[in-house]
Amino acid sequence: MALTRPVRTVWDIPREERFAPGHAMCQGCGAAIIMRHLMKVVGKDAIIVMATGCVEVTTTLFPRTSWLNPWLHLAFENAGAAASGVEAALKVLRRKGVIDGSRRVKVVAIAGDGGSFDIGLQSLSGMLERGHDVMFVVYDNEAYMNTGIQRSSATPYGAWTTTTPVGKRWRGEWRPKKDIIGIALAHRIPYVATANPAYPTDMVEKFRRAFEIEGPSLVHVLSPCTPGWRIPTEKTIEVARLAVQTGVWVLLEVVNGRPRVTVKVPRRKHVRHYLRLQGRFRHLTDEEIERIQKMVDQYVEEINRWVGEQAIGPVAE
Amino acid sequence: MAARAEVVRERPPRGQERVSATGNYAAAYAARDADVDVVAVYPITPQVQIAEKLAEMIANGELDAEMIHVESEHSAMSAVIAAAATGARAFTATSSQGLELMHEMLWIAAGLRQPVVMAVATRALSAPINIWNDYTDVMSARDTGWIIIFSENVQEVYDNVVQAFRIAEHPDVLLPVMVALDGYILSHTVEPMYRIPQDEVLSYAPKRPRGYRPVLDPDRPVTMGVLAAPNWYYEIKRQQAEALRESKKVVREAGREFGKRFGRYYDLLEPFMLDDAEYVMVSMGATASLVKAAVKRLRREGVKVGAVKVRVYRPFPADELAEMLQHAKAVGVLDRAIAFGGPTEGPLFADVAVSLATRGVHVPMVSFVHGLGGRDIFVRDVVEMFRILADYARKGRSATTTIFFGVRE
Amino acid sequence: MEQLRYSRVPELRGWRDVPIAGIVPWPGSTAENRMHAWRTFRPVIDPEKCVRCRLCWVYCPDGAIVELDKPYTTRSGRTYKVTYEVNYDYCKGCGICANECPVKAIRMVPEVR
Repeated sequence: MALTRPVRTVWDIPREERFAPGHAMCQGCGAAIIMRHLMKVVGKDAIIVMATGCVEVTTTLFPRTSWLNPWLHLAFENAGAAASGVEAALKVLRRKGVIDGSRRVKVVAIAGDGGSFDIGLQSLSGMLERGHDVMFVVYDNEAYMNTGIQRSSATPYGAWTTTTPVGKRWRGEWRPKKDIIGIALAHRIPYVATANPAYPTDMVEKFRRAFEIEGPSLVHVLSPCTPGWRIPTEKTIEVARLAVQTGVWVLLEVVNGRPRVTVKVPRRKHVRHYLRLQGRFRHLTDEEIERIQKMVDQYVEEINRWVGEQAIGPVAE
Repeated sequence: MAARAEVVRERPPRGQERVSATGNYAAAYAARDADVDVVAVYPITPQVQIAEKLAEMIANGELDAEMIHVESEHSAMSAVIAAAATGARAFTATSSQGLELMHEMLWIAAGLRQPVVMAVATRALSAPINIWNDYTDVMSARDTGWIIIFSENVQEVYDNVVQAFRIAEHPDVLLPVMVALDGYILSHTVEPMYRIPQDEVLSYAPKRPRGYRPVLDPDRPVTMGVLAAPNWYYEIKRQQAEALRESKKVVREAGREFGKRFGRYYDLLEPFMLDDAEYVMVSMGATASLVKAAVKRLRREGVKVGAVKVRVYRPFPADELAEMLQHAKAVGVLDRAIAFGGPTEGPLFADVAVSLATRGVHVPMVSFVHGLGGRDIFVRDVVEMFRILADYARKGRSATTTIFFGVRE
Repeated sequence: MEQLRYSRVPELRGWRDVPIAGIVPWPGSTAENRMHAWRTFRPVIDPEKCVRCRLCWVYCPDGAIVELDKPYTTRSGRTYKVTYEVNYDYCKGCGICANECPVKAIRMVPEVR
């Protein structure tokens, strides 16, 4: 059964594990935490469609699987199209009486940042635009981690990756992260949210709402990657939390176009607390960090203006 | 040059409605009569009427299906694979660049053993861009693991699509099937054809109970599209190769049963005036009717020529072909595609040559290419090819390079 | 350990035994895998210090913290309805639980082999 009660505390999260252990995700993997909770929320009556990526390869090494739900992986760039196909099939088979018409079985598509921001963008856009009843979850580890830390359009400014290395001429990624939430919203879909595993009740409640709503929904989850972000394996949640506390990652929910910050941050921490914990930002000078702080300030200002209140406060040390 | 309504030569089949249709419409009618559940089609010339006709039939309530207005052919193929994986009867259609964009997914459709059916209105590949007929698109999909059936005329398009559903969904097969129809020559040519009543189509190609094959079902969850490491990948592929090889039986049986029920018999190959033929031309698709016309002309002149039409291109009927050609003095192959850089440049020729050589039929062979990018092939061209073939037969050797016919020197 | 419907995979010998297209009909079967070899440190939960906040269970990437309906009374006389234990078959030793524990009830102890 899908989770139907609102989630207010961690005690509202179902105990039942629907994502089997014994998978090969890295020590301290953020995506593994996200998957566990996602599967707890959606329950039995969900069909999972997954893009190629870390989670896909580490959970389905033949002949074993970590999944308890019906699960489909076709390729990297087409989670949106594959999910559309499953959803359309369910619809017509229900109508023709082949499957139980009264039973709600929902499609949940899962992709990394590559499978949604980059190579999967076209198929995702098609799925959103056509209005399929699909929940799309983006686990964003901010680079191509499955192939070994190459830059994606989700890689943040300043980050070292193997294709934006730090050398005499380059100092890591020099372009800001793509605004996938803006892109999703441009499709006028009923539910868009950001989430973060360090805020589990917020994340699980958003999964629940995105699953419950009729029509396309998208939840964009920050997914710290211990090898890719160059962080110790125990720091996953600490780093994820700092992303919110510094305003780098704002926990948003947009229902039918109306935005709201779900976890307010009255006093922000300076962004260096977030950056200094991660090896991928080790090369940054104080000056560069200040530049990033200005980018965060600007982002926070935009968000506050958009939601119509000072949801994220000033930097206060 | 398209076939005159030759297949309709037999007695008007009982209960079948005579209609006039283009090859594209015939494909759409067959999909409707097979009561497809999910259609995902992206428009491309010359396939586009298939998408339009299906949309019209769904809009009118003639066909109860979900149409997914996908944003690319890659998504079209992805969506129909996923729909099939959910247990639906799924159909799509494409041409040329669209088939190329699908290419990655063609492998996945076959690798996941999904019984998708697709009509391909054949068309040349870019560059330069060209919207007219040749078989280069389908040839580039020949190794993807699909069953590939070529059609000679509009009636065959319809009949082949109907058979495709029976074959694809057969529990011993579970493979995708591609039905090729020559771009424009069949896709846009109106011919008379017989339509089979839907209940008879559905009794011939029945929708099987859900769950006779693994599908995405919360009550019986499966993980589909796994990672297979070196320890199991090969076994999974070996099994797939076996399935395609063995599907020949089901394809033959489907053609025989089709004939029994509906009066039009089909086999893997179609011999034409082959009995005492010395020089034989092998071809596919609508091109075969042209070859037949050339054979008839030469026969009137007393030349012992014959033809073989390869109807089922994959799995390739090698044994059957070798048996048919064992008494020939020389074999020519007319390809409507170039396999660039190959030992000879005709892709069908390569299949024929290997089939004969490995089965002990050693006769002079000549590879002809003609009709690229919609270049007209005339009966006189094929007559000339037979003359060249006879020359090689006299010399007692094969041509080592492909002869590009009908090109301006 | 609460064992859900995790399936076991039968013995597969050759290509004829492989399920069609490698479609796996054994849900949750990675539970047959043992991940302890990945570990250099193991978490040890002190049931005396533990305040049953559930956070270690929430944040575990490997489902290796098990929440049991096993009452426990501390030496100071406080009774809890649940107990948290580590399933060392699945724990990879990342240390998130110890790092996040608000009362430092989890220690990371070197694995000695």
